[in-house]
Amino acid sequence: MNDWEKNPVYIVGAAETALGAVPDQTTYSMFSLAAHEALDEAGLNVKDVDGIFTNYMGEEGTVQVGEYLGILAPRYVDSTDIGGAAYEAHVHHAMMAIANGRCEVAIVGYASRQRSERARSMTMRQSELTLTAQFESPYGLPMPIGHYAMIAARHMHEYGTTSEQLAEIAVAARQWAQLNPKAWKRDPMTAEDVLASRVICDPLRRLDCCLITDGGGVIVLTNKERARDANKKPIRVLGAGESHTRWNISQGPSLTTTAAKVSGEQAFGMAGVTPADVDFVQPYDSFTITVLTALEDLGFCEKGEGGAFVSGGRLAPGGDLPAMTSGGGLSYNHPGALGVLLLIETVRQLRGEAGERQLADPKIGVAHGVGGLLSTAATVVMTND
Amino acid sequence: MTETKQQYGDPMTYPIWEAAARYELLIQHCKVCGHYQFYPRPFCLNCDSDQLEWKRVSGDATVYSKTTVHLKIAPEFDPPYVVALVELDEGPRMLCNIEGGAAEIGDRVKLAWREREDAPPLPIWMPA
Ligand SMILES: [Zn+2]
Repeated sequence: MNDWEKNPVYIVGAAETALGAVPDQTTYSMFSLAAHEALDEAGLNVKDVDGIFTNYMGEEGTVQVGEYLGILAPRYVDSTDIGGAAYEAHVHHAMMAIANGRCEVAIVGYASRQRSERARSMTMRQSELTLTAQFESPYGLPMPIGHYAMIAARHMHEYGTTSEQLAEIAVAARQWAQLNPKAWKRDPMTAEDVLASRVICDPLRRLDCCLITDGGGVIVLTNKERARDANKKPIRVLGAGESHTRWNISQGPSLTTTAAKVSGEQAFGMAGVTPADVDFVQPYDSFTITVLTALEDLGFCEKGEGGAFVSGGRLAPGGDLPAMTSGGGLSYNHPGALGVLLLIETVRQLRGEAGERQLADPKIGVAHGVGGLLSTAATVVMTND
Repeated sequence: MTETKQQYGDPMTYPIWEAAARYELLIQHCKVCGHYQFYPRPFCLNCDSDQLEWKRVSGDATVYSKTTVHLKIAPEFDPPYVVALVELDEGPRMLCNIEGGAAEIGDRVKLAWREREDAPPLPIWMPA
């Protein structure tokens, strides 16, 4: 029996930071408020935290977050940077650390004010002559959308995927967002609206792209014994996995097969379940094509069949595979790194506290983070059983 | 009087940019297994050998993927323009712009060069 089977690990707290536009906070104050709220759910205190996992919280992020929260002697720290997928990878790492007794109470989180600070850069200019600066930046491929556009174009070429099929993904996200009072975009939107929106990098249009908002969140993980203190139903982490492919788009054998292939196999293998057992999924929806490739590579459908799979409202409210149930990065919030919010929504659905958008008695949910230039992936399988 | 000319690139890529100044495209070739690779490395990605040499290639290639950019990201870029990934006949892929006509995925393209003020000529591609 493996350590994580002998010593199961639970998510016992989950809280969003302030979302949308947050003019009156700093990223550290946002993080700390979410941490306190999540720890309250867990029946724990900041003083109990001995593991810190974060990404994009400044240089030596765990140190700065720890200092701000007053956690000055953690036992386990991890600032693994695999972009927006980092938080799912952090759950993987925290799971191993807790199962092996290297820490007991871990926080995983992030906060951003990218909308308020207008900090998102579309170029990839480098101060020194990296390989990217020499061989990719001079051609003006917008970062990151240009990379995703080239992946979508190749997917269309290889498999006949269409813009109409990609639009279905954006529409599904919007329909979920209409059920979520915290969603940034809630006005009705049709596939025609998506197809009529401005082309930014063909074949991707404005409405194939995620939002740019402030936001973030924190989750708390602990072992079975400490989970007994929780004020809400503990959600067990069944399995997790992570991987990455390339950085420069010229590298790697395939544009259309992503790191989800490995992260999914690892996570499902560890969990002892298959995609057929999954009641809902939170795929990282930075762009519509991100969702399509994830569903294929995670094994919800065959490679190349993603376009047909997402058609007919399969991901939308009432569909066979509910996905992006918060409204996702496309319509709910996208604070630069969505990964932690995917974990939070998965927990909320499994606890049965998702309000109007609550699914009927789901048992197994998957959060799937993606980062970089569709370079990284990390997958977490959870259950309320 | 000796003139010291600043080399462009990094210690692994100096030969590529020196050749670019002569409008020649160099990529690495493995003497052991015949694998071509881009960008250059001190070992063969295919067989791990360190027996690598530079080969001048024609630049004849096929479009692997492409996008037309309609977004203004910096003063030096004037949308719309085409960014493409081309696959050289020798195997490696390179990012580039396609100029001088339209090319779709699967179309044949040929090497061209763009002059730059502060750097060696940049390889780009055009319809064959
Ligand atoms: Zn070789």
